[in-house]
Amino acid sequence: MNEMPIEPGHYASSPVSIHDLTVAYNRKPVLWDVDLDIPEGKLIAIVGPNGAGKSTLIKAVLDIVPRASGDILLYGKPFKKQRDLVAYVPQRESVDWDFPIDAIGVVLMGCYRKIGWCRPIRQSDKIKAMNALDRVGMAEYAHRQINQLSGGQQQRVFLARALAQDSSIYFMDEPFASVDAATERAIVSVLSELRSSGRTVVVVHHDLQTVSEYFDNVIMLNMRVVAHGPVDKVFTNENLKKTYGGRLTLLSEAADRLAKSKVEG
Amino acid sequence: MPSIEQLFRVLTLEDYNTRVVVIGVMALGAASGVIGTFLLLRKRALTADALSHATLPGIVAAFMVIVAFGGSGKSIIALLIGAFVSGCIGVLLILAIRHTTRLKDDAAIGIVLSVLFGLGLCLLRIATEMPGGSVAGLKGFVFGKAASMVAGDAWIMCIVATGVVALVTLFRKEFTLLCFDEKFSTSQGWPILKLDIALMGMVAIVTVIALQSVGLVLAVAMLIIPAASSRYWSTKIANMIFIAALIGALSGWLGATVSALVPRMPTGPIIVLISGCSFVVSFMFGTKNGFIVNQLERSLLNRRIAMQHFLRAMWEITESNADNSFHFKTIVAHRSWKPPFVRRLVKRAICFRYCSSIAKDVWIMTEKGSAEATRIARNHRLWEIYLINYADIAPSHVDRDADAIEHVIGQVMVDKLEALIKEENLKSPHPIGVNQ
Repeated sequence: MNEMPIEPGHYASSPVSIHDLTVAYNRKPVLWDVDLDIPEGKLIAIVGPNGAGKSTLIKAVLDIVPRASGDILLYGKPFKKQRDLVAYVPQRESVDWDFPIDAIGVVLMGCYRKIGWCRPIRQSDKIKAMNALDRVGMAEYAHRQINQLSGGQQQRVFLARALAQDSSIYFMDEPFASVDAATERAIVSVLSELRSSGRTVVVVHHDLQTVSEYFDNVIMLNMRVVAHGPVDKVFTNENLKKTYGGRLTLLSEAADRLAKSKVEG
Repeated sequence: MPSIEQLFRVLTLEDYNTRVVVIGVMALGAASGVIGTFLLLRKRALTADALSHATLPGIVAAFMVIVAFGGSGKSIIALLIGAFVSGCIGVLLILAIRHTTRLKDDAAIGIVLSVLFGLGLCLLRIATEMPGGSVAGLKGFVFGKAASMVAGDAWIMCIVATGVVALVTLFRKEFTLLCFDEKFSTSQGWPILKLDIALMGMVAIVTVIALQSVGLVLAVAMLIIPAASSRYWSTKIANMIFIAALIGALSGWLGATVSALVPRMPTGPIIVLISGCSFVVSFMFGTKNGFIVNQLERSLLNRRIAMQHFLRAMWEITESNADNSFHFKTIVAHRSWKPPFVRRLVKRAICFRYCSSIAKDVWIMTEKGSAEATRIARNHRLWEIYLINYADIAPSHVDRDADAIEHVIGQVMVDKLEALIKEENLKSPHPIGVNQ
């Protein structure tokens, strides 16, 4: 289940099974012929240059953007039937943080689906929301207005909203972008917790330096899947070059050279 | 000038016409405030403006159709239906422009607003030439003619207001989702497009019933101003909705009352002016982020900080004196403060009994002053050590203004920090006696 399948098919027990996915915006293809099976119970990173389609891949799975072709099954069934199994942590910029709501209000939004149309919020939901905030270390900020939170705290509130849903599959879009060290530690610890309890977590990640440290598997994407599989097998220099096409920044190259010289010197 | 008698008549709603108008505009104000709150949260205020301007061609077209079929063109229901339909067409056109061209909201709204309003004015001119109908009533839709409201109109407004309040109460969660995080809500399976249509549909209905009283040019004000004002009184959406409804209703009542008392004053614009005043009042005096409240808080904070600096300066200067005395000139030089500022500080310090005068321009630090200075110095020192040792998580927790650092980060942490300071004190040339 963890190895790169030579012929991806639909595994009924695979959390996410993507087949021939193509997504296009404004006549330009953003994702082309993506074939993937996401392994269960692992932390999976999606990496690639800007505009590679990383966020789009997640949004296509969640039916937020329309597909030009292909289909996606979650545990063998289409997404619309499996919404309860999935939790989504969008990019922080996707929301206006000036909105009049407090931290626990945002987390409770994750429970609205279970509460249902027109029904009021119950005490049990509030308790669930407080527990989720506690897991990310934000319990004391529950009634703070979100516009008074720092970037890292806002990210943690988003994470708590996903945790409150108690799902099997988590999709996170750049959760580590511009957060402070404490938030980064908190997120990593939550991810490990999720993995230990058998959940599948797919994360769009921007920091190549931490991929092997935080994640089990990696999907290397540049409009098409360049490589995917366990980090130690797939996250190689060669694959990085194929993915980033020689666009690795000066810093990464310098780090590369430094590492090489350490080994030799 | 209205007489006391007139004032009394209007205030007690004795006059039938006044009663009808007051009830009608109060219902309208409440309904606009309620739906306006979500309109603002959804950031569609200007779309509502385009909607109201887009109603004109529909009204005139409905009029022309009725007259062409032999009617008198006075059926309010028909005209309002025409208004509703062309208003919705306006909104759809805005969406179409946004989706098919590279133009953004502002251009799309500007185009639709002006073109449809221009079309309406042309149709109005043509309608004037038509035989058989009386066009005079139509102009009332542009600037409002609340004074000629009849009981039927007021009834419609009350029914619409009740409907809007009921729907918003029922779907408050769902509309909040729509306004806050579209993508997340879509992923959760909520029908975002349908909710959007429902919201704009309610805005269209409220706009249409506002046409007769406030007119289409000013209808948007009823939707926006009370809702914008409510933001300064509460940060909970449920309370904001209620406060917006209240402000809307009160503006309506006050506007109708004033317009009944002062001859020849048009009701619609008066209502809008009054709600504009309520916005200014909310902005200045509102409890949440009101301008005055903010300024007060800031100046209080500045005063507290200045006093802390003064205590520290006093302490440092008197350290080397046997009798804890200090001269005016020394304090001024110590922190490059302006002399008048120092005099005010000293006066306040004397009020707090931190120091007392022993001669002209010479004061002596009291025991209380010394204790307070030490306490503050200890607080600040602990925060410094905390920042140094816990640099990665500290910034969001540091509250230098906190009276007691223990209350913010806990006694256990404070004990750890004090242990660290003890170590430092052995090396530091400026121990501050923090172990008090």
